[in-house]
Amino acid sequence: MRIRDLSPSDFRAQLGGDGIRLATGPFNCRLQSGIGEIADELARLYAHHTLVDSSAFTDFHIAVQPGHGLRRWLRPQALFSVDSVEPFTPLPRAQALPMLEWGLNWCVTAYSQHILVLHAAAVARGNRAAILPAPPGSGKSTLCAALVNRGWRLLSDELTLISLETGQVMGLARPVNLKNASIDIIRAYAPDAFLTRPVHDTTKGTVALMAPTAASVEAVDAPATPTWMILPRYRAGTDATLTPMGSGNAFLQIADNAMNYHILGAQGFEAVGRMVDSCQSYGFEYSRLDDAIAVFDRLAAEAESAAR
Amino acid sequence: MSLLVQVFRQPDEIRRLQAHEWDLLVRQARHANLLGRLHHRLLAAGLAADIPQRPANHLLSGAVMAGQQHHSIRREVRFLRETLAPAGIPLILLKGAAYVAAGLPAAEGRLFADVDILVPREQLGDAESALMMTGWQSTALDAYDQRYYRRWMHELPAMQHIFRGTALDVHHTILPPTARLKPDPRLLVEASVEIPGLPGVRTLALPDLILHSATHLFHEGEPDNLLRDLTDLDALLRHLGTTPGNWDVLTARARQLGLEGPLRLALRYTCRVLGTPVPAGLDCLGAGGPGQRMLDAIYSRVLRPQHPSTADILSPLARKSLYIRAHWLRMPPHLLAYHLAHKALFPPAALTKPLSDDKSHEKPGAKKAA
Repeated sequence: MRIRDLSPSDFRAQLGGDGIRLATGPFNCRLQSGIGEIADELARLYAHHTLVDSSAFTDFHIAVQPGHGLRRWLRPQALFSVDSVEPFTPLPRAQALPMLEWGLNWCVTAYSQHILVLHAAAVARGNRAAILPAPPGSGKSTLCAALVNRGWRLLSDELTLISLETGQVMGLARPVNLKNASIDIIRAYAPDAFLTRPVHDTTKGTVALMAPTAASVEAVDAPATPTWMILPRYRAGTDATLTPMGSGNAFLQIADNAMNYHILGAQGFEAVGRMVDSCQSYGFEYSRLDDAIAVFDRLAAEAESAAR
Repeated sequence: MSLLVQVFRQPDEIRRLQAHEWDLLVRQARHANLLGRLHHRLLAAGLAADIPQRPANHLLSGAVMAGQQHHSIRREVRFLRETLAPAGIPLILLKGAAYVAAGLPAAEGRLFADVDILVPREQLGDAESALMMTGWQSTALDAYDQRYYRRWMHELPAMQHIFRGTALDVHHTILPPTARLKPDPRLLVEASVEIPGLPGVRTLALPDLILHSATHLFHEGEPDNLLRDLTDLDALLRHLGTTPGNWDVLTARARQLGLEGPLRLALRYTCRVLGTPVPAGLDCLGAGGPGQRMLDAIYSRVLRPQHPSTADILSPLARKSLYIRAHWLRMPPHLLAYHLAHKALFPPAALTKPLSDDKSHEKPGAKKAA
């Protein structure tokens, strides 16, 4: 059973009660919130995710609740907690939904030292993954959202998970976090995609979340092999250009974008080395999304024909 | 008994756990900072194959985190030796850093936030200067906290390294000078032992490590780490017990240092809670008077994982009583009244931090006067 099979009122009641339990790739999450106004958008963002039985093991017990006491009415707040621990200062109530997403990212990062966690987007064609590590503002999420709406499968927008045993990418297929100008760009580029209403004045500016495609979520448990490591950079007016990157530089780019490289020690070194060995690595400048996607499609077609 | 404690006492209980019980076990272990140690405990009991994949990931994650911390602690120990040796100051490690550097079983899976060292009182000023010259600085505290530590406490205000972010507590004795018990720190320094293979790096002798752990637990332990600290004591006592005659050494040493009280409580609660093997006659399990029953009521609640699933109606009161008791033992009444009044009027800022997605990893926060 998937979230989309729940009626809006059932979803709302469970969210406000014992919680919505859903699977996102390798993690089972329980989401609770007494902030009713996020329910409808949340249900659409996670529409295709599977529901998990309440007797199953839950990795993260997460809640976003209204502030205590007077703060319910006076400049209302949203409080994030994971299993009753509140790791962050509260945010304004209007930011409850992005807070839930960021908090969930924090959980994955803080509690997952059994895998390599990269600050990177990842998309796949079949079982071949393109990994896009990049600093904020490089256009990573915009490019990722565009690819996902043109036939690529979303593995993750923010955190790429690499198994230390197999070296494979494990997908999360959670919502894509769009910021500022990219919100309108993606609205225009993919009118069918579901985007939440923009939330203004967050620490990242205006943000909106885009729901992953049904196909991405339904295939989330199929791992993908790191095949391309592409460092995107949006630059107005340029043609889409791939520049091959040496393996030393590629290694540093991946290690530098790994959240827990320093924690994993030798295992982290091995994992990044293995990734570099299995990937073609490129720097990538682009300005027009259609051109960028043509480049990605060409890479996928080349890999496909080389495999035949 | 909480599920976590049950599994610590009887690791093969895990063979009977259902998925939702694993869920609870992992949550309790995380709240008690014992994920890594539980991982080691289950592996040592040969139960690796009996842990389902999802909980195994969390346990492994805790153990990896502890492993990384141990790695950085060993590195800090080298830096500290290079800082203190030229000034002629011995490097004597306490608590977690001592367990890790000496490779004691009490190090297994232990998570911790800082390095603790003991410096002879007369060399404290030199030690602070030498540390400041190599990048350690007092964490930002207000004037009250600076004075509180320097006048009344057994340690300098917490220090932090400006580049590496590691936190350091520099002690000159193991209890505040204002406390009712006054163990002589010179005896601790004299009995300290060099770690084989690490010239210039010393720890307290094993009986003193145990007495310090006990003293810390029953004088100033923060509720969230009390069960973790009790498992330290359990591991230390089991290690002590491997050499015959050691128990007599321990009790004699406690008498010499005037620390029979904390040792009695340590033996009582390790036996009661964790089933630590202690020779007959030493287990201190007698019923005791009303004072003891009161302590039992408090400690039976705080020596649980501090997770909502283990709390009862008296848990908040137990935590509060512990706080008052700790202060009562550490300060004479007039100081206590003054200190608590100050803390009530100027409460420390909350320790939460703004949510951000940058890669700054959590640094131990500045330690306020508790």
